[in-house]
Amino acid sequence: MKFLLIMNVNPAVLDALTEDERNAIGTGHGAFMDTITKSGELIITQALADPSQSAVVRVRGGQSVVTDGPYLEAKEYVGGFYLIDCESKERAIELAALIPDASIDGLGIEVRQIMFSAGPLDV
Amino acid sequence: MTIDSATESLLRDLTPQVLGALVRRYGQFEECEDAVQETVVAATLAWPTSGTPANPRGWLITVASRRLIDQIRSDHARKAREMTVALEELPSAEGEAAAADDTLILLYLCCHPALTPASQTALTLRAVGGLTTAEIAHAFLVPEGTMAARISRAKQSIKAAGSQFRMPAPEELDDRLSAVLHTLYLIFNEGYTASSGENLNRAELTHEAIRLTRVVHRQLPNDGEVAGLLALMLLTDSRRTARTTTSGDLIPLAEQDRTRWDRTLIDEANSLLVGTMARSPLGPYQLQAAIAATHADAQRAEETNWQQVHVLYKLLERIAPNPMVTLNRAVALAQTSGPEAALEVLTDLDADPRMKNHHRLHAVRAYLLEMSGDMPAAREQYMLAARGTASMTERRYLESRASQLAGGGAR
Repeated sequence: MKFLLIMNVNPAVLDALTEDERNAIGTGHGAFMDTITKSGELIITQALADPSQSAVVRVRGGQSVVTDGPYLEAKEYVGGFYLIDCESKERAIELAALIPDASIDGLGIEVRQIMFSAGPLDV
Repeated sequence: MTIDSATESLLRDLTPQVLGALVRRYGQFEECEDAVQETVVAATLAWPTSGTPANPRGWLITVASRRLIDQIRSDHARKAREMTVALEELPSAEGEAAAADDTLILLYLCCHPALTPASQTALTLRAVGGLTTAEIAHAFLVPEGTMAARISRAKQSIKAAGSQFRMPAPEELDDRLSAVLHTLYLIFNEGYTASSGENLNRAELTHEAIRLTRVVHRQLPNDGEVAGLLALMLLTDSRRTARTTTSGDLIPLAEQDRTRWDRTLIDEANSLLVGTMARSPLGPYQLQAAIAATHADAQRAEETNWQQVHVLYKLLERIAPNPMVTLNRAVALAQTSGPEAALEVLTDLDADPRMKNHHRLHAVRAYLLEMSGDMPAAREQYMLAARGTASMTERRYLESRASQLAGGGAR
């Protein structure tokens, strides 16, 4: 079963972290990636650029209307994700708990099942 | 360079036998498995030009042994002398019976309890089925690297568990066989429940599962559950072309064109069941096959012997209790005793934590409400079920049922 482990980021929470805490998060992600690569559960992980750099596109009457910034103005936004293939939802939840962000006050990992996949797989 | 299908199927049959012979002789499952895979690739390249050798099994064992020893030599140069001695007596002299036994032992090894079900299926397809890692990755829609890591981890786990290449002890045999059958069942289902026709490779998984189950059945012809599983697969597969539209949408059992069911497969399954159910203790695979066979007996949906289907589900509920079985029994009960009786069964299931918010519970309730004429409530349940499923095909089907009931009027 495939799941997207979505890392919701809150810049205010991240800004309040100490240097050591930030380093620990980096190390934690490294260890997590190592674990799920070796177990054959990781498909891909990606981190996203800051939403201030986003553009939102709407086509109205055949015309593209482009606005800068995120789709929703919110305190949290999607900072990145892990796409995994694992045994069950229980296992996906167990893996999500290993992501360092899950242990930080004000942050949480959303576990969402994949319903359809297409495209070249070896990205 | 391509090989014909006869050679391909010969290679598929021989792969586990060759691997078995090597592991029996040298131990070291992981290294043997790599050597055999390389040898099969070499055969695929060499045989079209050189011709298939007179003794293909001997050829494969000899070449694979050399590869293995070359690899071990380069790993541990100082052991070279001992290995040369070992090479002098190749294990190719074993009889046919040992070869077939090896396939079974290999299945037991690949379905080792130290492995997760996903690893068991991957390793079985590779080591026993002779599929390449790329083919398995493709069938499961994951990158090759992900599948390679999973297979390699599985082989390490077997090594770490200290498992030996031999028949499991008699007291373990039942559990180990159950694990093998469950793995074959998962491989079959993975192929069968594949969404639309856009992924034809997954259909090969069902064929591979049937092929391997046949191998086990040849080895254990008197085991009722092995025969039951084979019959269940054949009966399920007999409906393959009738169960989806050309665009990949699901067609429910009652609406399928039964003339498109594959009678050859149905006949084979029936004779398996008749033979085995008379003399073996009943088990879940035999009962599920018997239910599928009851459906296969009906020329038209209206002629289905629902009384018998209901009794079979009751038996299945007794020997393998599971809320999904109860749910299926409710559908049969609705046909014999009306939707109200079935809805009562569902009320009991509401309390089961395993069924909390389960889309199948909503889908069956929707169907029963539709039967009883409560269209607005049925529609609401179809929509809930559609939101709950993680299958695109199923979701499309449930949404279309809901929209047929739109407005709460008659269909």
